[in-house]
Amino acid sequence: MGKIRAVSVAILVFLFACYFVSCGKEREARIKIGINAPITGDIPKVGEGTKYAAQMWLEEIEKAGGLQVGDKKYKVELVVEDNESKAESAVKANTKMIAEDGVLVIIGPQSSKQAIPAGGVANDYKTPMISPWSTNPDTTKNRPFVFRGCFLDPFQGPVVANFVKEEFGFKKAAVLYDVASDYPKGLAEYFKKAWEGLNGPGSVVAYESFTTKDTDFSSQLTKIKGSGAEFLFAPQYYNEVALIVRQARELGFTAPILGSDSWGSAETVKLCGSDCYGLFFSTHYAAAGAKGATKEFIVRYQEKYGYVPDDVGALTWDALRLAQHAIRNTGSLSGDLAKDRQAVRDQLARVKDFEGITGKMSFTEEGDPVKCAVIVRISNKGEFEFYKQVCP
Amino acid sequence: MEFFLQNVINALQWGSFYALIALGYSMVYSILMLFNFTHGDIFMTGAYIGFGVATALLILTASLALPGWLLLIVTIIISMILTSFLGIIVERVGYRPLRDAPRASAAITGLMIGIILETGNLAVLGAQRLSFPALIETVTYDLGGVYFTNKKILIVGVSLLMMLMLHAFIRKSRWGMAMRAMSYDYQVVPLMGVSLNIIAPMTFAIGSALAAAAGILYGMAYPVLDPYMGILLGWKSFVAAILGGRGSILGAALAGFMLGFIEIFTAMIFPSTFRDLIAYSIILLILTFRPYGFFGQPYSTQLRL
Repeated sequence: MGKIRAVSVAILVFLFACYFVSCGKEREARIKIGINAPITGDIPKVGEGTKYAAQMWLEEIEKAGGLQVGDKKYKVELVVEDNESKAESAVKANTKMIAEDGVLVIIGPQSSKQAIPAGGVANDYKTPMISPWSTNPDTTKNRPFVFRGCFLDPFQGPVVANFVKEEFGFKKAAVLYDVASDYPKGLAEYFKKAWEGLNGPGSVVAYESFTTKDTDFSSQLTKIKGSGAEFLFAPQYYNEVALIVRQARELGFTAPILGSDSWGSAETVKLCGSDCYGLFFSTHYAAAGAKGATKEFIVRYQEKYGYVPDDVGALTWDALRLAQHAIRNTGSLSGDLAKDRQAVRDQLARVKDFEGITGKMSFTEEGDPVKCAVIVRISNKGEFEFYKQVCP
Repeated sequence: MEFFLQNVINALQWGSFYALIALGYSMVYSILMLFNFTHGDIFMTGAYIGFGVATALLILTASLALPGWLLLIVTIIISMILTSFLGIIVERVGYRPLRDAPRASAAITGLMIGIILETGNLAVLGAQRLSFPALIETVTYDLGGVYFTNKKILIVGVSLLMMLMLHAFIRKSRWGMAMRAMSYDYQVVPLMGVSLNIIAPMTFAIGSALAAAAGILYGMAYPVLDPYMGILLGWKSFVAAILGGRGSILGAALAGFMLGFIEIFTAMIFPSTFRDLIAYSIILLILTFRPYGFFGQPYSTQLRL
């Protein structure tokens, strides 16, 4: 018995030793990048766009023979984790990628609901994280290690408010939003503030909400219709947009319905159909009429995956390029993960006038880029048409 | 006034779904004294089966240009039949082996099968949302400021028709009589030559068929299908079944509509943020004073009408 035990202990020790040694070697040879995406759950199309953009980026790196840092070429490995579009799973995914996989940078999560809690984990473990799509200020607030690839809701709210004011000259607004989700809730509040700043208190005549997974909005929409609002602002995700717009029309609410960047998914028009034609929303980029590097990205993506990439794809691409840019600028990687993570963070904070496919960006103190927004109109063919650019 | 009437129409539509699904809970409870927690997911699967049947029919009959209402009727009937087989399978695989096991084990089995249906769907069809095909053109009517569509009329109409048919079946047919007898005592009645192994699957089949009909109607009103759509609706319908009185068919139907009215009207009167908080507090209050629901009786599981 004693012998067997001794032998098995020896084997275990040997295995452990191998594991750690090989780990150390691997870390020297390759860079791991974590992707935290909603592959399943409420917004799978967002997860798909994230994954596809990341794969395209990886291919480009592989074509170049690896990622050049100083005088050394590193192999890059993507660790893709599904956050099921849930806050707690996003936290779990981040913890796993940081502690177990030893990633250098994390890209994601996309929606604020997951990015806010997951950003806390990344910051606690001093791992740089870039959320490409999360527009809520809390994601990066007081978190030196957390960055984002897009503009913020305090900017987006006024963008929509100003656009409506200038374009239509309306005075009375209605808002319908999901009170249980960080992104719509935050944006609804910023919009309300901006609109009341423009038109005085009481100009938001209906401020209605529902909770995630609700599908019947008839009661809220009846109230909105009765309030005499001239338009409805619904900063919701694509699966709810289709339901809200259709139910509003069936209840005889014919006024314009406006949205935010969460509308910019390839699924919106597919689910909503002709009911959504002619509606406006604010977003990060418009695929129709793009030029230069943006156009190149769109063409390549479409050839590969068969549809025009939505803003999530484009922003993920930019976030990965930002990470690549920062890693390269460190000059050399030490192999010590904690040191390298710190070095990458420092480089990210220094990014200035970075030419992304969704526009030029420079990071502020908080890790938020200064960049322009775009107003998109859904054409009568269901395409996202560029309508107007709004810069800070 | 228009405002009120509009919300009555909204509530009738929303309540129809609760009512149709609650019936399935109540029927199974009365026969086997257990709540079939798979029911919400059977509803979801029914909606997906409906989606499949409708899509297939649209492709197969594309050249014939059949009217939409005919396709809809055929879709509902085929989906109800297919989903009733699913109900039979669930009973056979999930519940029959556990018939003499503690009730808690059987309830857990239901939850497990529900998760299998959800994740199985996810594995087969992927996570993307499906848009239910519009079989009939939506026509919106404006009656002095009160808006309703032909779909709303159809949904409420078909639901009421289903309930009447179920009522007639349980009241008038020999099978219905056997079901009622079984609900008195499922251990003694088999001694009189009525087999539980026929009545139990039949109850599941009927409940599932009703859930499938609800699924298709739901797909018409809220045409975004997702694998988890049955969970919340299933739970709320379960509340309706309890509120109506366990085992009471009429109670389940009435409570389903009532739940729809409570939800819609609390959102009308109070800020919509507090809708579920207030709505379900009201229901808690009702149950405090009527712990057996409206038509329930203590220590009784009998299938009543």
